[in-house]
Amino acid sequence: MTQQQTGGDVRLTGISKTYGSFAAVQPLDLTVPQGSFFALLGASGCGKTTTLRMIAGLEEATTGTVTLGGRDITGLPPYKRPVNTVFQSYALFPHLDITENVAFGLRRRGIKSVKKQVDDMLELVQLGDFARRRPHQLSGGQQQRVAVARALINHPQVLLLDEPLGALDLKLRRQMQLELKRIQTEVGITFIHVTHDQEEAMTMADTVAVMNAGRVEQLGDPADLYENPRTTFVANFLGTSNLIEGEVVSTGTDIVVSAGGGKLRLPADRCPAPTANGGRLLLGIRPEKISLAHRDDADEIAEGRNRVTGRIVDSSFIGVSTQYVVESPAGKSLQVYEQNVERRARLTPGAEVVLHWNPAHTFGLDAAQDIDAGVETVEDAA
Amino acid sequence: MPVLRWLRRHLIVIAGLLTLAYMILPNIVVMVFSFNKPNGRFNYSWQRFSTDAWKDPCGVADMCGSLSLSLQIAVWATVGATVLGTMIAFALVRYRFRARGAINSLIFLPMAMPEVVMAASLLTLFLNMGAQLGFWTILIAHIMFCLSFVVTAVKARVMSMDPRLEEAARDLYAGPVQTFVRVTLPIAAPGIAAGALLAFALSFDDFIITNFNAGSTVTFPMFVWGSAQRGTPVQINVIGTAMFIIAVLVVLAGQLIANRRKKAQP
Repeated sequence: MTQQQTGGDVRLTGISKTYGSFAAVQPLDLTVPQGSFFALLGASGCGKTTTLRMIAGLEEATTGTVTLGGRDITGLPPYKRPVNTVFQSYALFPHLDITENVAFGLRRRGIKSVKKQVDDMLELVQLGDFARRRPHQLSGGQQQRVAVARALINHPQVLLLDEPLGALDLKLRRQMQLELKRIQTEVGITFIHVTHDQEEAMTMADTVAVMNAGRVEQLGDPADLYENPRTTFVANFLGTSNLIEGEVVSTGTDIVVSAGGGKLRLPADRCPAPTANGGRLLLGIRPEKISLAHRDDADEIAEGRNRVTGRIVDSSFIGVSTQYVVESPAGKSLQVYEQNVERRARLTPGAEVVLHWNPAHTFGLDAAQDIDAGVETVEDAA
Repeated sequence: MPVLRWLRRHLIVIAGLLTLAYMILPNIVVMVFSFNKPNGRFNYSWQRFSTDAWKDPCGVADMCGSLSLSLQIAVWATVGATVLGTMIAFALVRYRFRARGAINSLIFLPMAMPEVVMAASLLTLFLNMGAQLGFWTILIAHIMFCLSFVVTAVKARVMSMDPRLEEAARDLYAGPVQTFVRVTLPIAAPGIAAGALLAFALSFDDFIITNFNAGSTVTFPMFVWGSAQRGTPVQINVIGTAMFIIAVLVVLAGQLIANRRKKAQP
């Protein structure tokens, strides 16, 4: 498909949604560049779906405006917006076959000869043989592709995807992620994708906006968000972070922090929070950036690395790596992921160890936040 | 014991056939006696075979007039109750408004109320309002008691409908009218059809409420009741048999269409 729509950026300005006294979406500004794959990421109830529905026109914004390529579409009903949605439950019409489902949008706009376009579209999503089936005769993954075809056939300026892979099993989900990414590259339409799955967001999107409690916490490309979280929520929600609270002892190009009876360093340019001697600071380090050494081998650790001593309380072997939980004065349960390059027989629960890492991999966060914000609890994951 | 084993294996079929026979036997009696030539005025004992009644179904004075009146009332009551009932069902499921809970339970009142009591109360109401008893009072009464059944049938269907389907339609360029005609109505149709059929059947053979509120008008059930006092013409059985056959044909046609549709799909 080569016909490119002359669309434009989606721009949300001061948009918000309140139900009675509950603010589902706080006033937020967001610009989605034309042709990008944009993900709204957050836990359930964070306002990401409401934001998407306001772009679709299915939800009326309480304040603010939505513009598309410079045109204000805030007041337009959904059927007048050049925007289509792939719903979480697919919402395929059960009384129509696959062809008529896909042709629905074209027919409503008075287009008579739909056959060629429908066939092409079903080909794109690899469902050519299913044209005369009813939705309930298709598997979940096939229904999902029909939903994508039904939206894309209208050549919308923006395609909105509301947790489109939520109902699929893990393997199919991985496959569909790549499939959607391929389709997006092929058609060049702006995709706005809502998901609670951080891996999905990072795999697919060019830009990810992490939402929490009706606000955008941070926005950026996946690698930047992962390496430089600016809030504890982003640090914990996107992957896993070890956060260590400490007191600033000196500032400069490197900040030195005293925590758990030792001194830890981090580059000043990786700390967005204000620092002053004697102030509190949270140090963050990703589990895969930490190396483990048995206490007896502590002498072999190179100079200049951050060190924390502790004791292994749990270890789980997961094939490609081993995950350790370490108790230390600096933090109750520090996570360490070690690649399984060689078997380390001495690193068993109860072993005294030294955690060490390159100070450049440390990031700093304002200590005035909830240190556990965004940590996935068991109920959240279920 | 081969007999016992055979019984055990076919018990479900036997029980099913017995139940079916229990339900169908009265209809067969009606059918058989439509070919009777009774001695005297009562068609209660078999005399000899004759097709006289079938050749002249309207041969009894006033009977076909009452039949046509009953059919008219049933059709209009069905239309009225189905349209109103469908709208009420949608309102009750889709919208939150004051007194919704109260209306939800009040709608069942006509079903729960003893028919005789309701008939008498309706008559009191009509007389106090000075209404002329006849076609219109019967129609109003029928719409009233059919309404609860239609609402119940449609509500069950609407409740199981995914509101996202209508959102999807609106998202795909269908305006409010298009959304209703192309998506909402076709999906709700089985519930609406069930409600309409129920309404037609209830209205057509209602006797108690009709008898109270008919004035001098005579519907088919009232005619049958009246003639049962003086003597039952064979034509009543003819009409009954004809209605039964039409109903069976409608059901069969529906089954055939459904089967063909299923076969058309791979």
